[in-house]
Amino acid sequence: MDPRLEVIGRRLEEVSRIVAVTGGKGGIGKTMVSATLAASLARNGRRCGLLDLDFTGPCGHLVLGAEASFPEEDFGILPQVAGGVHFMSVTCFTGEDPAPLRGGDVSSALVELLAITRWGQLDYLVIDMPPGLGDATLEAARLLPRAEFLVVSTASRLVVDTVRRTLKLLRRLERPILGLVENMAADAAVGPGGPAADTPVTALAAEWDLPYLGALPRDAGIEDHLGRPEALLGTAYGRALDALARRHLIPASA
Amino acid sequence: MHELALAEGVVATALKSADGRTVRRIVVKVGQLQQIDANAFRDCVEQVVPADEPALAGMCVDLETEPARLKCRVCDHEFAFDDLPQPPGEDELEAIHFVPELAHSYVSCPACNSPDFEVVAGRGIWIDHIEVS
Repeated sequence: MDPRLEVIGRRLEEVSRIVAVTGGKGGIGKTMVSATLAASLARNGRRCGLLDLDFTGPCGHLVLGAEASFPEEDFGILPQVAGGVHFMSVTCFTGEDPAPLRGGDVSSALVELLAITRWGQLDYLVIDMPPGLGDATLEAARLLPRAEFLVVSTASRLVVDTVRRTLKLLRRLERPILGLVENMAADAAVGPGGPAADTPVTALAAEWDLPYLGALPRDAGIEDHLGRPEALLGTAYGRALDALARRHLIPASA
Repeated sequence: MHELALAEGVVATALKSADGRTVRRIVVKVGQLQQIDANAFRDCVEQVVPADEPALAGMCVDLETEPARLKCRVCDHEFAFDDLPQPPGEDELEAIHFVPELAHSYVSCPACNSPDFEVVAGRGIWIDHIEVS
């Protein structure tokens, strides 16, 4: 019997919704989407947390501007607050040191983080999922049965092919899927209320009978605003993501 | 793992196991890598046991620590966490206390310096047995 598993549900009992940002492929902007989404929800007056589950390449702290400091301890550990977002990541413990973990270790580290982190009352806990369909994804599906998956894709055929496998797995696991977000979209795909043109991602959404939640522009300028969530939300990328959050996430929880 | 989280987990498991009976004793085994402070753990158990729960009144909790042994996946060298030539510092031990897998960030094989090792003993937490009446 592993007593840690008894604790995880209690740690999350005051969290209204869990939104897991996934996609399966690396480099498609899951961290930017999840961290900016969390900042947007916080700016819209929601209590929001961000859990960075990428143990080997964590960078949510860079987007939010979170300090590399050990978390405060109070009958467990308390997330740091950065940009209005309650934030937890392996970087809170390791700083810039690498965490070279194999699959089983990833699973166990995930269980530990979920068991010790006291999120308190949150409207949303956004989870930045690591790439791949391995241990972290399977453990998140097992340990977080309430998680709703927001799936990120780009228009690249290489990405769409991988995202399709992710969707297939999530359907097999019978996990709720909020819909697809198109990241790094061409200008033609970005428009108020939806894409101005069909894209490989709109086709994928139709293929799986899922909502196409919107397109986020490729915006080279966001690099200059990393670490400053308020400035990030003022970019074309941030405004598009903020509109997406208000249209698809906030009303549904009201 | 934090002592409070462990205490909460142990008490919840004890309650589930009681099933109408009284829990007399519960034996918890923890790996050394968990860096659990036995006194802090007992204090936490006292805090989280519900005062009005007859099934756990007088419950004795024993904590046993299993020493950590590590085996390098690269050169097969087996070594003890206690015998590291360069043991982790205070802050690093604190990180390992909360997330024991982070030993891979701060411990290397003494023979070949690889951080790719297996924890063959002394990792994890489990309830060894529960005595009820």
